[in-house]
Formats: sequence, C-alpha cells, structure tokens
Amino acid sequence: MIQFERFTLANGLRVIFHQDLSTPMAVMNIMYDVGARDEDPGQTGFAHLFEHLMFGGSVNVPSYDEPLQMAGGENNAYTTNDLTNYYIQLPADNLETAFWLESDRMLSLAFDEKSLETQRKVVCEEFKEHYLTKPYGDVWHKMRELAYKKHPYRWMTIGKELSHIENAKLDDVKNFFFKHYRPVNAVMVVAGNITLEKVKTLAEKWFGDIAAGSEYKRNLPQEPEQKEERKLEIKANVPLDALYKCWHMPGRLDRRYYIIDLLTDILSGGGSSRLYQSLVKEKQLFSNIECHHFGSTDNGLVVIEGKLVKGIKMEEAEKAVEEELEKMKGQLVSETELQKVKNKTESMIAFEDMSVMSRANSLAYYEILGDASWMNFELEKYGSVTTEDILQESRAIFRNTNCNTIHYLSTTN
Amino acid sequence: MPDRKQAPEIVDAVDFDLRLKPVEKYSLDNGVEVYAVNAGAEEVLSLEWVFFGGNWQEEQNLVAATTNFLLRNGTSQKTAFQINEHFEYYGSYLNRACYNETATLTLHCLTKHVKELLPVVRELITDSVLPQEELDIYKQNMKQRLQVNLKKSDFVAGRMIDVCLYGEKHPYGKFSKAEDFDALNQEQLVDFYKQYYQQGKLILFVAGRLPADLNSLLNQYFGDLPNRSNFTKTIIEERGTEKKLRITNDINGVQGSIRIARPFPNRHHPDFLKVQVLNSLLGGFFGSRLMSNIREDKGYTYGIHSYLYSHVQQSAWLVSTEVGTDVCDATITEIYKEMKDLREELVDEEELLLVRNYMMGGILGDLDGPFQIISRWKNIILNDLTEKYFYDAIHTIKTISAEELRQLAQKYLQEEDFYELVVV
Repeated sequence: MIQFERFTLANGLRVIFHQDLSTPMAVMNIMYDVGARDEDPGQTGFAHLFEHLMFGGSVNVPSYDEPLQMAGGENNAYTTNDLTNYYIQLPADNLETAFWLESDRMLSLAFDEKSLETQRKVVCEEFKEHYLTKPYGDVWHKMRELAYKKHPYRWMTIGKELSHIENAKLDDVKNFFFKHYRPVNAVMVVAGNITLEKVKTLAEKWFGDIAAGSEYKRNLPQEPEQKEERKLEIKANVPLDALYKCWHMPGRLDRRYYIIDLLTDILSGGGSSRLYQSLVKEKQLFSNIECHHFGSTDNGLVVIEGKLVKGIKMEEAEKAVEEELEKMKGQLVSETELQKVKNKTESMIAFEDMSVMSRANSLAYYEILGDASWMNFELEKYGSVTTEDILQESRAIFRNTNCNTIHYLSTTN
Repeated sequence: MPDRKQAPEIVDAVDFDLRLKPVEKYSLDNGVEVYAVNAGAEEVLSLEWVFFGGNWQEEQNLVAATTNFLLRNGTSQKTAFQINEHFEYYGSYLNRACYNETATLTLHCLTKHVKELLPVVRELITDSVLPQEELDIYKQNMKQRLQVNLKKSDFVAGRMIDVCLYGEKHPYGKFSKAEDFDALNQEQLVDFYKQYYQQGKLILFVAGRLPADLNSLLNQYFGDLPNRSNFTKTIIEERGTEKKLRITNDINGVQGSIRIARPFPNRHHPDFLKVQVLNSLLGGFFGSRLMSNIREDKGYTYGIHSYLYSHVQQSAWLVSTEVGTDVCDATITEIYKEMKDLREELVDEEELLLVRNYMMGGILGDLDGPFQIISRWKNIILNDLTEKYFYDAIHTIKTISAEELRQLAQKYLQEEDFYELVVV
C-alpha cells in the first residue's frame, strides 16, 4: 500500500506528497495532461518537440540543466500519445532547486528562436535514428494509419512526417504552451526524504502565483468500430519477413483492460507462454514472436508481432498464429496458467515499487487518469479476473473484422 | 512573490559524506563466497550466481555465450518449457548473461517464493543437458537476429571499433559471425558446462529482504558444489594499425555512426578515477562539453556520449554518436576541438564544481536500494578491488584540480592516439 497526501493549490495545480525516509533523495514528478493525441493533424510531433523545448530556458532562468546539475540532480522527460512527464531526482536537501526550476518553466518559457531551431534539428535526428535508419523502423507509422482512421492515435509521438517538425513556428510553440502547460492541467508529485509541511510551503511559494489558465477540455474524434478486416503488404530491404497483427481493445479505465493485459501475458511474455512455446519452439515458424498491448488511455491495440524463420511461407506462419488464437477462443485456460500470469503481475508491481522515482511516476499517472489511489487497487483488479473472462475477451477481441495485418516482406531474397 | 532570478541556496553535493553500506561476507561449506546486502522496503530478492566461464575462457567463438544461454533449456529431469513454467509460475525472473570474464544466472523473486526456486537453480547448475534440438533452434534464431542487426550502422560500428582496440582474436574484440553459429556443436558446450559450471568456481551475490534462513538454504543447495578454481590464460590484444576508417553499410543511410576511441588501462591504474572526472567534463553527462556543443548548440545529433569501458583487464575511452550523414565530418572536427580545448585551457572553477556536484549527486542516487548497493560491491569484488576504491573515487571527485585535469587531457586526449571510425 503506497501512502500519500493530496492537496490542490488555488490555481488548480494538484500536488501529491509521498514520504520515504529510507532514501537520501527527493523526486519531483510533473505530469502534464497532454500528449500526441492532442495535436493538430497538420502539426504532429508537436507535444514531443515541445518536451525538448522545455529544456531551452524559462522566463527567469536562462539554463535549466546547469543549476540542477550544480545541485547534484538529474532529470529527464518523456512524451507518449497520452501525456507528457518531467521528472527530477536530487539530494533531498536541495529540493527547493527543483521547485524553483519547475515553477519557472510552468510560469513561462523563454521562447528562444535559437533553441527552437536547434531542437527541431535534434528531433529530426531522433526521428532518423529511431524510425528511418532501423530495419522495420516505419512499421508502427504504417500500422497506426491502418488501424486508426479517425482517432489521433493514428500518428506516433515522434510525428507523422519530418516536415511537420521542420515547419514548427515560434507562435505555434507559444500557443501550445499556454493551452496545455497550465497548473490546472498538471499534476505534481513530490516524494522522498521530505515532510508534508515543507512541500506545502514550497508549493505555495513557487507555484502559488502562477495563473491557473483555462482547463483543456479534451474532445477527440472517437474511432468508429472497425467493420472489415484490413491488410497491408510492405516490401522493403530487410533480411526477414515479419508479421504484425493488431486488434482494437478498450481503454485504460475499462475493466476489460485488466483481462486483456493478462491475456497477452498468457500468449507471450516468458519461455512458457503459448506463442513462444508453440511457434518458436515446437513448430519453429518464427524466430521470435511477442504479444503485448499499447497500454493507451483511449481505446488501444493488442499486438502480435514476429519475424519468420527463413524459408517459412507467410500464409503458413499466419495460419499457425490464428490456430493459437482459436484455442484461446475455444476453451478455458487452466487455473494454473491464469495464476501464473497473476503472480507475474504481482511481482512486477513489487519490483516497480522499489524505486521512489517509479512510485512518484505511478502516483502522477493514476491521478491524471482519475485518482492516485487507484494505484493501490491494481492488484485486486487483476486478482478478480477469471478464466471465463479470458475466454469471453478472446472471443470479443480476436475477430477478423477487428483485425489489422501487415505482411512486412523482405526483398533481399 | 519569490525572487525567481535568484537560485535557492543549495548544499554542495561535494560536502556530502557518502558511505557505502557494508556487505556481509561469508562462505558456504565448500568455500563458495556469498556477499549479502539485507535491505529494502519491498519483500523482494535478487540472487546472482557468478561463474568464471566468460568469453575469455572459450577456445572457440560463442561457446561460452551459447552454453550460458542454454542453461535454462533442459536438464535430465525437465524440459525447457517445464523449467520456464516453474520460474514463471512463481512470478520470478531467471536471467542469464555471458560477459568477458564471467557468466551469470540471476534470479529476481518475491522473498516468499525463494524456497521453491533454489532447488531448480541447483538443477540447472548440476544437471543441464544443453539439448541438441534447443541448440539448433538457438543457432537458427540467433543467425536471423544477427542478420537484422547487421543492417544497423550503430551495431556494425560497435563491433568494428572493438576490433581496432583489441583485435579480432581478443575476447573484447571478437564478434559473432553466422559461421561461428554453424560451427557450434553440443559436445563442446557440454565440456564447457562441466568445466565452468558443474565444477567451476562460483561466487554468490544476494540482496533485498533476505529471509532468516537464507544462509542455510544456500548451503543446502550450493554448499556441496566442487567450486574449483579455473586457470585463467593471458590473452594479449592486437590493436589495429589503421587509425581512420570509413565504412559504408547502407548506401541509402541517412545517419553515420561515429566512434572515436583509444586504449586505456583498467581500474587499478592511478589515473583511472581521475579520468572519470575528465570524462564527465568531455561527454559523460547531459551538461558535458560534447553534448552542449554538438547537440544543444548545433543540433547535429539526438545524443553524444563519452565513457570508459568497464572491462576488467584493459579499458578504452570512447566517444560515440549518431549524426546526419552531411555533418559527420563537422562533428568529428568539433570532437577534436573539445579535446584540444581541454588540453590547452584550464577548466574554470564553476564548471568544475558543477561536474563534482553532478557526479556526487549521481553516486548518492545510485546507492539507493539494495540492488544498487550489491551491484557496487559486485563491481569492487569482481575487479579485485576493495572498499577503498569507492572512497578514493569520492575523494578524487572532491579534490581533483583544474591543473591535474589539464595534464590528464594532455596525456590522454591526443588526437593521434584515437581510432576514428564512421559507419553509414
């Protein structure tokens, strides 16, 4: 059970305090309720580019990184399709440095032309490094476009194309900031070897006078139910054929999410999982195969992806995958098999909760989802899943008309 | 209203009194050394079995790595599936890894399950059969994975720079080729397994919330293994003669992988810890000179880093980055410019204090939790160092002078001593 306290500043900033006296460190985690799904379709990649700009200096503090390093701290950030998160770890004695730095950039960025110019280039290199130069690097761009027709999950956080990033203007940056980076759209977690009193005082002192801003009301186009099976063939200079299949699944707040999470663990996620045992070890059709899901807040995707053993025909490999899914739809998994993936989940949570940084991140995440205390009920929710649930959900998800398939074929043969 | 132009007071991290939590050391009946750190809030454990059967000991490429990989793939009593099912049923993670000097089995589990898991770990150490069929699947899949990796310029660059530094025959320089996988046979693996696992030397590292009877459990399951010391052979590196290499891996590549590296002695050398500070300045963290210049000022790359290899016998000092093909040469020029600057100019006190504080803060954060503490100890023990190394490192960070750093730069950051490699 993770203990915490919650309070809200007059400007709407939600603050969560979590004490851990066993560490000499403190953590500040600020999560903004904005991700790539909130972008304009003509300006994709913006939430992520913006994350880079957050390190380009703020209105009163020209350099963000230097004073933090001077205080013995480290920081980083990430952007997903759903949210943007900034985190700092530093010696607890120097906690106020984190308040100073984070509050100033929530107050206002410096909006420096040179910083924008540089970070545009940096992000373009990141785009190239991760998506253009890697074999199969474009597959998730293509898959998102295939599976989503309306919902903004149809592009990746890095952006739909390089030109969207290259064309970003300083005015766009300002508008984005004042729309999304307001206290009312953020959750701040302060954790570690500190007291509630100190956090309250510092929060009031540094964040209290920041204008609330207007609440961002998310109103995204919902993805209509898929009615037909979708397929795409890609031919590229890659060494091996690969199969990618995705099915729509419910969002993070649906009870079915927990069932599907366990279901994907039964299929893959260890040397005794079904797909690995059957398709890699027994039939030797794939050199590797995985099943996972996107973990998205809105309706997400279940994924099965694998690379075929050289010489195996795509049709044969795909048929074998479908046979495994038919088994999931045809008969109950055993109680032992279900218990196995529940046990795995239990220990995964215990290992995650070891680090104060990870606890702070989870508290912020659940608060953005709706309530930080949900973090303490996850295990219970997984625990309540039955073998009958797994059967029903397999039938609901693994339907052809819910399925998107990419055959990624090697041209080097 | 706070004065936002004014940074809050800080405690300089250099003033912290950092202590490494002691490790408890004892021996099993057969002399196997156990190092234990009992700490942590969660009821979890990490156990690591370290064998001295790394790449260094093998006579033929990939024998050590393959033997290590197949440890989980079958005993005379259990199939690979049954072994995996057992560990996974208890929500535990059993991993194996092969390094240059050592090869390991690592178990992460909830403390309450350790009793069910240790007997099977013993079975893997004493009774693995390394089945032919498992070997065949492994060869096939690893060759395929290699094919994919060879398409990546960073992968190719990583292999090539190690060949420059150590030579293709040295454990630190050799790399896997498809024909090496083809040449593997089960008999060799079984021999290697006998020599380095069944009968080899073992050291155990355990950390987390340790159950009271852990010592007797470890003795019960591992206290009767032969634990014989293995002979370690000397292998001399054969460095490349060509200093500048340009390789085209993909004619349509949009990025080049740059690796600039020089040989460097190991942790026992008196300059090693001092150079860690110089390395931080050069490219060891986000505020470093290389990152500030090449990423934050010029935008040539998503990241640029420099670091010292953690090899036991012979280290190397490396600068590594991926940049647009049009700016490869410009990047290399800037890297050498930064080295020259460190040779010629004294670092100012403010920048030096920043690096000191950053490094101290890093160590403080890094000592957080039992797994981090045991990993520090493991590093000390496997490199044949003592606790003093930890305190020397802190002393060096706190006291090294700008003048000393310049002298070290003059000694080690000479352009002509570096191998320079670009793979597109």
